[in-house]
Amino acid sequence: MTTPTGKPPLDRKTLIDLGFIEARAKILDVAAFLDRLDRAPANDVMTDFRVDAIRAALEIALDASPARAERILNSWSDPSTQPIAHADGKAARGAHLPR
Amino acid sequence: MYIDPHIHMVSRTTDDYARMAAAGCVAVTEPAFWAGFDRSSAAGFQDYFRQLTDSEPRRAAAYGIAHHAWICINPKEAEDHGFAREVMSMIPAFLSRPNVLGVGEIGLNRNSKTELAVFEEHLEIAAQHNSLVLIHTPHLEDKLKGTRLILDAIAAHGKINPARILVDHVEEHTVRMVLDRGMWAGMTLYPDTKCTAARAIDIMEMHGTERIWINSAGDWGHSDPLAVPKAVVSMRARGHTAADIHKISFDNPRAFLSQSGNFSVNAPRPTIS
Repeated sequence: MTTPTGKPPLDRKTLIDLGFIEARAKILDVAAFLDRLDRAPANDVMTDFRVDAIRAALEIALDASPARAERILNSWSDPSTQPIAHADGKAARGAHLPR
Repeated sequence: MYIDPHIHMVSRTTDDYARMAAAGCVAVTEPAFWAGFDRSSAAGFQDYFRQLTDSEPRRAAAYGIAHHAWICINPKEAEDHGFAREVMSMIPAFLSRPNVLGVGEIGLNRNSKTELAVFEEHLEIAAQHNSLVLIHTPHLEDKLKGTRLILDAIAAHGKINPARILVDHVEEHTVRMVLDRGMWAGMTLYPDTKCTAARAIDIMEMHGTERIWINSAGDWGHSDPLAVPKAVVSMRARGHTAADIHKISFDNPRAFLSQSGNFSVNAPRPTIS
């Protein structure tokens, strides 16, 4: 690679200039989503494992340790190691549902 | 000039070929995949494989794009083992078609025992025919577990050179384990459920440009057949060199895919069907 592995070619200030507005918009979308859930009738559903997964991910995103994206993906992942007996549908859910 | 090494053109209109050609696409490779519904017979797969190896290359050639295909029964339709075996029995005949590169996109979906058994049987077909292998890793929360199961199955099988295997749809938590085992890693630029261009560039910065590529996996879902050239633009904005950009978007795909004698960046002369 022509630039050293691990080092972006651009400095931090330039990356902020390039990426801030988009990141800002994405954070607003997440905040608005959580607000929307607060406004919606609960219908006996006080929490959902997927929303819990988002809240856990936000805590990781805010901490000072590196590899936040990797740690968030790991936090959402199924930690089991053995294949399941039968496929339970076609689609994944986005976060691991604790059994 | 770029290659999109994973895109499902059967689900795209000809307008997309025109746009891709205008953006500089010279070659695509199209793995066999789930059409959005379960095919009701092995004959359905026979027709699909004919589409991948006959009509789709002609449609691409009209725009100067070389079209290549991979053949398999995809993991979403692999839960019925008997049916999967019936489809797999058809694969060898298609491996000899001029535009076929190998077996793919095999892999796992929900990480079931039958999906894994079918994956292992595909590996054996690939080994027997000295074929390249293109692998789909599961979506979302299943990806980490599925990637580990896939890599362990490949190691246990042991008959295929890792350098002839591309493990696709890697993300931050799976890329290292793929590269460490000597395989190639594909980063898929697909909205919401896979990688963004920005994250793919981050992964490239962290792990280097060896044995890694980008693709769109454009299909019938919400996806962008121009994801690769748009990522090229993003890489320029991020300050990457023309050499690194060309490596990720052209040289690396060509290097891996040229291990099949059937790969070319030169489209055949268009024919009237």
